[in-house]
Amino acid sequence: MSNHHETSLTENVVEKWGLLAQYENPAEIYHACEKVRDAGYTKWDANTPFPVHGLDKAMGLKASKLPWIVLCGGMTGPTLAMLFMIWTSAYDYPLNIGGKPLLSIPAFIPVTFELTVLFSAFCTFFGLWALCKLPRWHHPAFNSPTFEKFSDDKFFIMIEAKDDKFDWSKTESLLKASGSSHVEVVED
Amino acid sequence: MSIDTSSQAYGDLNLEDPVKGREPLVRGDHDFHYITETVCRVAETKIVKTPLVFWAALGGALTLLSMLLASIGYLIWEGTGIWGNNNPVGWGWPIVNFVFWVGIGHAGTLISAILYLFRQNWRTSINRYAEAMTIFAVICALVFPGIHVGRIWAVYWLFPLPNQMEMWPNFRSPLLWDVFAVSTYFTVSLLFWFTGLVPDFATLRDRATHPIAQKAYGALALGWRGSMRHWWHYEKAYQILACFSAPLVLSVHTVVSFDFAVSQLPGWHTTIFPPYFVAGAIFSGFAMVQTLAIPARKWLGLKHIITVHHIENMNKIILVTGSLVGYAYAMEFFIAWYSGNEYEGFAFINRAFGPYAWAYWTMISCNVITPQLFWSKKIRTSMTISFILSIFVNIGMWFERFVITVTSLANDFLVSSWEYFVPTPIDIAMFVGSFGLFFTLFLLFCRFWPVIAIAEVKAVMPQADPHWEGYAHGGNHE
Repeated sequence: MSNHHETSLTENVVEKWGLLAQYENPAEIYHACEKVRDAGYTKWDANTPFPVHGLDKAMGLKASKLPWIVLCGGMTGPTLAMLFMIWTSAYDYPLNIGGKPLLSIPAFIPVTFELTVLFSAFCTFFGLWALCKLPRWHHPAFNSPTFEKFSDDKFFIMIEAKDDKFDWSKTESLLKASGSSHVEVVED
Repeated sequence: MSIDTSSQAYGDLNLEDPVKGREPLVRGDHDFHYITETVCRVAETKIVKTPLVFWAALGGALTLLSMLLASIGYLIWEGTGIWGNNNPVGWGWPIVNFVFWVGIGHAGTLISAILYLFRQNWRTSINRYAEAMTIFAVICALVFPGIHVGRIWAVYWLFPLPNQMEMWPNFRSPLLWDVFAVSTYFTVSLLFWFTGLVPDFATLRDRATHPIAQKAYGALALGWRGSMRHWWHYEKAYQILACFSAPLVLSVHTVVSFDFAVSQLPGWHTTIFPPYFVAGAIFSGFAMVQTLAIPARKWLGLKHIITVHHIENMNKIILVTGSLVGYAYAMEFFIAWYSGNEYEGFAFINRAFGPYAWAYWTMISCNVITPQLFWSKKIRTSMTISFILSIFVNIGMWFERFVITVTSLANDFLVSSWEYFVPTPIDIAMFVGSFGLFFTLFLLFCRFWPVIAIAEVKAVMPQADPHWEGYAHGGNHE
């Protein structure tokens, strides 16, 4: 937070969260993201109605960690399933049905498969929202009257004032030079 | 081009984009805002301005739903004797209905998972409501084994829960595999569907004017703000969920078929069952998608988004899977003869010429003849004929499950135990009532939720590509 104060010129500015720039189409935001990325900003984001193809590269995003979370779930599910079935069927409650072997691994495969899928799906779902830090009640961007167009047909870049490189006038001119149709200050 | 197309060097050539010159997925010259408006308009119509036809349809569906609930109430009070099930036909209509409804669900998962992995972009227009159809069909399906257990208050015995009797379920039984297969299927489909809905709920939230709509869509949207950092994880999650749902499409009906195939009964104990059931499930599911899509695209004004191209593609899938089913019918007969097993041979002669011949030939006419008509492009692209034929397939696929379940049970090894199965009015009320449950859920979905995947359709429009030729002049501000 100390950073926040150093870059603030007036008391009024302390209340501000950052800058929000609007773009009209995927091509504009794509080139703008490249500029913001090359300027070395880290605490910034692009907000789009749909995932714009290649924007991850224009923003310099690293690969998602989600597959690793899913891999953990995908290994826990079948392990627990198999151990549980072996324990209940062969040890805790041995039940002779038609003289079939108590420990019959092939018969345990369908449930093992299903639990692999189930655990992986849960890890994907909850892992996704954990990585996104969602759900959350509010975000400063929603204070802007224009921001809600992100879910329709407008494209936005927001840069937080907390960013090390942030400077109210320089950042604003960067965004304007990047082809934004409208740059505004977002209140916190 | 002087290069030989069979040489290795051909593999290094940059060829023309094969997508160029194809029909656009959204017909007409439309922008992103048009998609938002067209899809949201349905959900944003004021309650008082809802068309009368919707209330009429919902009223009809609720009437059937109350019939289902009343029948279930009567069943719990009176016991399973109110069904036509007898000895030896212990699996009557409830299991027939269960297999019928689970099968219908498969089209939604195939569209959302397998067509996604095969990069079939046309799926984006139809995946949302096909997935909704999956969820609602599986809910209908789950009702039937739930009530078929007889003692409904003990239904939790299906799950391996610790209990005072120190008993565990039998994991070597296909019926238990089925519990896991169908409940996993339902859960994963629901998670997949909800994940896809979140960005579209955000669209509805940002447009909502009524406080209740704002709060409801706001809660469902989870605070989604279209962040590219989120989309980045989101697309990965979508891909992973698709990868896990794809084997589910194949495994769920495989496990359902194990309920039959793992038994010793002639007509059931066959290795062709898993692929045959899966083909049948996709066949019936796409027929139900057509039955719902053809009227819905008209009534909801979505003809630009669900085009004749989509309907034709689905008819092609019906043709392929219908032919697979027809092949399976023929192969079952062949193997019954070729195996030299007289019980197996009798089971099939009895199906075609025995007491249930009427059901068998209904099934054959609906499932074998109907899809073959789709070889004709004229029929494939005709809305009216496609709709009528989809109804025939729905009927045929219900009869398929009836033929499989009832004919094998009614005439088994011992002639003295044979018994003809006759359904009771309660059987009929429950089956018809399950359509009430299905349509109630589906109508409410169509009315209040985004029926088209808004964000996904926008993403497959040509102008979604930052390097689209239309941006060549205006887009780059260098």
